[in-house]
Amino acid sequence: MFTAEALPLIFAALMGLSILLYVVLDGFDLGVGLLFPFADVDERDRMVASIGPFWDANETWLVLAIGILLVAFPAAHGTILTALYLPVAVMLIGLILRGVAFEFRAKAPVAHKRPWDVAFWAGSLMTALSQGFMLGMYVMGLRWGWAEVAFATLTAGALAVAYSFIGAAWTILKTDGDLQRKAVSWARGGIWGVVLGMGAVSMATPLVSPRIFDKWFRFPEIVTLAPLPLMSGLLVVLLWLSLRRLPTRDDSFAWFPFAGAVVLMVLGFFGMAYSFYPYIVPEKLTIWEAASSTESLSIILVGTLFVLPVILGYTVLSYFIFRGKATRLSYD
Amino acid sequence: MDTLLLSRIQFGANISFHILFPTITIALGWVLLFFKLRFQITRDRKWMDLYMFWVKVFALSFALGVVSGITMSFQFGTNWPGFMETVGNVAGPLLAYEVLTAFFLEAVFLGIMLFGASRVPVWVHTLATFLVAFGTTMSAFWIIVLNSWMHTPAGYELRDGIVFATDWWAIIFNPSMPYRLVHMLLASGLTVAFLIAGVSAYRHLKGERDASVASGLRFGLILGALLMPVQIIAGDMHGLNTLEHQPQKVAAMEANWETRGNVPLVLFALPDQTLRENRYEISIPSMASVILKHDPAGVVPGLNDFVAADGTALHPPVAPVFWSFRVMIGTGVAMLAASWLGVALIWRRGADALPRPYLMLLTAMTFAGWLATLAGWYTTEIGRQPWLVQGVLTTKAAVGDIASGMVLSSLLAYMAIYVALLAAYIGAIFHLARKGSGFQPAVTPALQPAE
Repeated sequence: MFTAEALPLIFAALMGLSILLYVVLDGFDLGVGLLFPFADVDERDRMVASIGPFWDANETWLVLAIGILLVAFPAAHGTILTALYLPVAVMLIGLILRGVAFEFRAKAPVAHKRPWDVAFWAGSLMTALSQGFMLGMYVMGLRWGWAEVAFATLTAGALAVAYSFIGAAWTILKTDGDLQRKAVSWARGGIWGVVLGMGAVSMATPLVSPRIFDKWFRFPEIVTLAPLPLMSGLLVVLLWLSLRRLPTRDDSFAWFPFAGAVVLMVLGFFGMAYSFYPYIVPEKLTIWEAASSTESLSIILVGTLFVLPVILGYTVLSYFIFRGKATRLSYD
Repeated sequence: MDTLLLSRIQFGANISFHILFPTITIALGWVLLFFKLRFQITRDRKWMDLYMFWVKVFALSFALGVVSGITMSFQFGTNWPGFMETVGNVAGPLLAYEVLTAFFLEAVFLGIMLFGASRVPVWVHTLATFLVAFGTTMSAFWIIVLNSWMHTPAGYELRDGIVFATDWWAIIFNPSMPYRLVHMLLASGLTVAFLIAGVSAYRHLKGERDASVASGLRFGLILGALLMPVQIIAGDMHGLNTLEHQPQKVAAMEANWETRGNVPLVLFALPDQTLRENRYEISIPSMASVILKHDPAGVVPGLNDFVAADGTALHPPVAPVFWSFRVMIGTGVAMLAASWLGVALIWRRGADALPRPYLMLLTAMTFAGWLATLAGWYTTEIGRQPWLVQGVLTTKAAVGDIASGMVLSSLLAYMAIYVALLAAYIGAIFHLARKGSGFQPAVTPALQPAE
């Protein structure tokens, strides 16, 4: 049904979609965790309530992304994950801490709530930093040297700031009153980190690889690609303007920072995807070289094409059911 | 220590920690659905109380299962790249279907099940509860399919050392899958039965006389008493299946060195792999032949048949398999005795008036199911060594090329976290149990009985 040429491409696209959904969706709930130290006790409860029904499903997109890497590109998967052994371990410990702290803080004795809050923040921070670090190492071609680690440390910080920005934007959308006002000020601080981070990755990627440099800066690509950075710049300006006016009296435009942050992440993602295509291990292994057997890919694809729309459907349903401002988290 | 050993310890620790939580959530999901439906039919408030209490335990167990499961899926890549590179064409689709058909289902509908009761109609909430239970079971199905395939591979061919799928039906319904699946589902049911009975007994001991506590106690004990005999039959059939496909594992379980008839059932022994014999053996003559072949003279393969020409063992390490098997059987017998005794006592005195020593025993046995499950898991997984995929891929060949220092540091970090979380989990369950009496969950409009 599908050719050996097309299948790896389809799976690369699916993996990209999953990573994008993960970064946006788990991005906002990780961001909420990162902002914990800036909120007081009651505000933390509301922030947790705003992500309560979603975080589990959000995290599943990471499982799907890594699953696709595992099943569709087994040759790349070993190379990438062994090269990133330590940051992966840090991320996993962060995810463990975060996921369980979320449940324990509501069920443990009241006296234990504070340590679990710290664990929730620390877990979110470890997860965000290690993901940013991995992004930097990937951009640098998965080589461990001083320059690479220094750059990866920069992207680690940048991604953590970007996540807190989208987390703040989510909080603006899902809350009101003092907490919403606080979230606006968090977002105002965070947006500079986003600009710095996206700028650093956009500058570094073409400088590391002549091939990527050529892809961006040769004619006519430089013209056709120009909308990407221009739109990002425009969006940053719009976000900045909206953050100066928020929150509005009738809560209009509370959705805008979150929507803007999402679009910004989508634009950044397409920039990255364009740069690295057709490689899955930068400059070493293309998606065709790393792909599984055509039979196995077909088997997975048939199911995926049926199941993925259903998953997307009930994910949207769940966001619809829990629309509106977050109140208090309870099993009612 | 070398990377192979450290990676094995790390994976062993990881899977041991992980398996505890699905073992609870698989059956507890269905139990919650049962409580919910009972409430909807009888309108008796105690069933809703039971639901509200146990849904918290479910949420906690689910979260721990998810995070430890994610850790496992990453370890295929970080520590065992040879696994996917060799059998990825079979393992990949199975894992992909697990995520696609089960994982998302559980994760999305869990949100609605936990927090959506006041936002959706009752039937949608019940449907969400069903979908979570169904998704958890589907998850177990796919994982057991993969695990069974690693024990009894079928439906594949080898081309240049790489596995290619030839018959998906044969892969999914591989020879040991039905036995393993049934054995695991029953283990989950029993674990939950004793968890509910144990925690209810503890609440009763703490002076809580709510109707839901007595009902929980009765429910747990009856479930345990019903499932235990079924599990014994299923376990026996699984054993016979293993004898057919992995005779070296059964030989290690029985510490039987020579292929012969009239094999005794070893009750106690210290199997010595260097001397290749048992020390201090106490056994019942011919009994193993009776159990395994249903004939005292039945010939059972021995471990000495599984030694390579150069003397290296092609069978698993004997002592750990032998002992973990006995721990599993011993725990199972204790669970059988405790649950039947409990049902008899309830029959005569009612669930409100069980004797204190018995309630204390039940409290002590709260996690008996975990012990039996872990012991059974070690029996079957250590029993597969030195193979990772029986006859296809050795564990040694799958390990990644990583510095042992890195594995050691990640291993220590995981171990510290697992120990702390296990303590926190058990602590939180008993904390919830203590809080139970003073805790009256508000009945929300959506869940209120229709007048």
